Amino acid sequence: MKAFVNASNAVAALVVAALLLLPAYSALTGNVFVLTLVTRIVILALAAASLNLIMGYGGMVSFGHAAYLGIGGYAVGILAQEGFGSGFLQFPAALLASAIYALVIGALSLRTRGVYFIMITLAFAQMAYYVASGLARYGGDDGLTIYKRSDFAGLFNLSNRVQFYYLCLTCLLATIWLIWRIVNSRFGLVVQGLRSNEQRMQAIGFPARRYRLACFVIAGTMCGLAGALLANNTDFVSPAVMYWTRSGDLMVMVILGGMGSLFGPVVGAVVYLVLEELLSEVTEYWALIMGPLLLLIVLFGRGGIMGLLGRLSRG
Amino acid sequence: MLLVVEQILNGLQFGLLLFLLAAGLTLVFGIMDFVNLAHGSLYMMGAYFAATFVAWTGSFVLGAVLALAATLLLGIVLEYTALRHLYGRDHLDHVLATFGLILFFNEAVRLIWGPAGLALPLPSWLAFPVQILPGIHYPAYRLAIIVVALVVALLLYLGVMRTRIGMLIRAGASNREMIGALGINIKLLYTLVFGLGAALAGLAGLMQAPILTVQIGMGENILILAFVIIVIGGIGSIRGAFLAAIFVGLIDTLGRAFLPNLLRQILSSAAAATAAPALSSMLIYLLMAIVLVVRPEGLFPAARR
Amino acid sequence: MAEPLLRVQNLVRRFGGIIATDHVSLEVTRGELHAIIGPNGAGKTTLISQLTGHLVPHSGSIYLAGRDITRLPAYRRSALGLARSFQITSLLLDFTAADNVALAAQAHEGHSFYFFGNARKEGGLRRTAHAALGRVGLIERADTLVSKLSHGEQRELELAVALATRPQLLLLDEPMAGLGVTESARMVKLLRELRKEVTIVLVEHDMEAVFALADRISVLVYGRVIASGSPSEIRSNDEVRRAYLGDQHVVVRHG
Repeated sequence: MKAFVNASNAVAALVVAALLLLPAYSALTGNVFVLTLVTRIVILALAAASLNLIMGYGGMVSFGHAAYLGIGGYAVGILAQEGFGSGFLQFPAALLASAIYALVIGALSLRTRGVYFIMITLAFAQMAYYVASGLARYGGDDGLTIYKRSDFAGLFNLSNRVQFYYLCLTCLLATIWLIWRIVNSRFGLVVQGLRSNEQRMQAIGFPARRYRLACFVIAGTMCGLAGALLANNTDFVSPAVMYWTRSGDLMVMVILGGMGSLFGPVVGAVVYLVLEELLSEVTEYWALIMGPLLLLIVLFGRGGIMGLLGRLSRG
Repeated sequence: MLLVVEQILNGLQFGLLLFLLAAGLTLVFGIMDFVNLAHGSLYMMGAYFAATFVAWTGSFVLGAVLALAATLLLGIVLEYTALRHLYGRDHLDHVLATFGLILFFNEAVRLIWGPAGLALPLPSWLAFPVQILPGIHYPAYRLAIIVVALVVALLLYLGVMRTRIGMLIRAGASNREMIGALGINIKLLYTLVFGLGAALAGLAGLMQAPILTVQIGMGENILILAFVIIVIGGIGSIRGAFLAAIFVGLIDTLGRAFLPNLLRQILSSAAAATAAPALSSMLIYLLMAIVLVVRPEGLFPAARR
Repeated sequence: MAEPLLRVQNLVRRFGGIIATDHVSLEVTRGELHAIIGPNGAGKTTLISQLTGHLVPHSGSIYLAGRDITRLPAYRRSALGLARSFQITSLLLDFTAADNVALAAQAHEGHSFYFFGNARKEGGLRRTAHAALGRVGLIERADTLVSKLSHGEQRELELAVALATRPQLLLLDEPMAGLGVTESARMVKLLRELRKEVTIVLVEHDMEAVFALADRISVLVYGRVIASGSPSEIRSNDEVRRAYLGDQHVVVRHG
């Protein structure tokens, strides 16, 4: 049983504490921008956490996870455009649409392994991108403006930045709690076992595909929630949110933070997005640095930030 | 009738272009087990080099040859300095590292050539229609693309099937350890194969430049198609890539050309207008989905793992 | 005559031009320990893989307790009581020994679509796991990561995992591979105890163990069964001698 108090848990606790107190900081300093920025970070951390469930714990490297950000977002956007402004309709629709997409794509993609799987999830996400670009009624390439945020009839007001932030943070923490319960459950052990040695798992009697598919659908649904929140955050949704490089961003966040670690995705999202923000202020050419940086991380960084902290605390 | 023949030729031309791209990708993956997302960047560099060299030298052919050489060199340098350290690693590592390279290339191009993209004019000696059948004309340049691509495909086939190097390549695609045991200089072989792949990508990029585009990010869109092709054709199989590429090229082109009309017969014109572009884009992915359901290892897999 | 527990009929499996399993037929009666021996490359592991469902035969059939399982996937055969240990150790390396065994037990307790509750704390599964580990003598190593176990301990763990599924038929693919003298002796003793409770098909190279344990032996050469019978019959069979045992009198009976 690992000791509960160690470097990685300390960092996780610090990050959570910082996230909880952020609105107070924003109010005190009058810096509204940081609140908007961190809201976006929290939402993408949720997306990254859902990817970590299938990638880190399940060993399924999906290169098309950003598709759910689009599906969740478009569910909100399309319903809003058609006059259905209630969040109680939009959010479940976002979750349902994501689940269905995950079910269909997963059933097809999980027939393959390894790099085939990576490429196929990528291809299907691009397909979603093109389909969205072709929806002229909903803005096509230019995207869809959302004039009114999801209406939660008195429960909370999404237009209030602080309330919206806490809603997103609650969703993130609730998702992480859910993932924690899932990975330690019977189901979670099966999924992790399949990552570790599928042949062995089949031999002892587990039908691999159905467990993997279930995990895939759960992760997709969680990311659909992130998509719905993201659309509200930007008051806008466009095909670009599903472009395959966004899926790559999510993967980087998961790996940077540490695959298969509970708070890794949060740490990874924070680091990646803050770095992007800082670098783009320092130089216009931050992407030039980001590229080789990724290459170096892959070559030398094992287990991401949380892995590094774990090694440090073991000394 | 005219339209159908023209679209079939367009599909063939597009498919052959895709084949050039997919061939390099499948070779590199089949032999070095290396997933190269930056293959699309090499395609882009081929186009940018061509646009630049043609403008400098004033000659299309000279510019194209220089561009090919430059892309080949770029591929070799890339393999030698960075990518060879990734062989044997997890595919996820390959994906991430080459993803980083894409970001780097796109940004580097933006720095050097600016964000607007370049233009590569059609060479004047190919800018006329050719009568291929009575009453049917087709642009000479596009015909040239088809011819060049077919010649390259033939050379690849002969090279892989009839030469010693080709034998090593085929052996390597099905059994990597074996060629090492034969005492061949593996590192050199790998570098050569990667260079070949880069040259093929560059050729595809420069050939399509006068008719399509030379801009940042052009590699990514077509890369996905190349991956779909090698999934359908079977990884490591040049023959599979050829057949799948032609098939995909034809389906995509014919689909985009005729599906809207077809839909208009069945649905209302408003519904057809909304559905048509979306469905046309989806066609290839539907095809890939069908292949996956029926034969997950591809239609002509090269290796028995 | 009672239906044999395992009946293999004319099984054929090719790999390209090579015929790895050449019309193999054999029968294993309930309660016996049936050994399959043969030189390297004879197709023993290919045969086992077809029996467990990891490889599909091109023709022929396999019956388990009278039921045709030829095309059933591996996980379904496990549910029917077929358990296997692998020639090349195949365990969940980043889990503990107890986890590995508990998962095997979990696989046989209905479905695993339970998303809450800590599976590692489930009393029933843990008790079954500890019992199986106790049988093979690994109880002290229950909470050790498999990657940290010695090769011999891993082979024993393979056996524990197979036992946790409460099988009718145990297919053991070279359980002694890579074991030292003491470990081999321990494994032989263990197998001798196990044969009283479960039918065993044993693929092995270790001739001392084979002749010490087996009720019947089948000899596989180039994918064909060239002889099948009691140990003494096999020992005196000329064809077997020539093909496999050579002219050396290599076999000494173990007590």
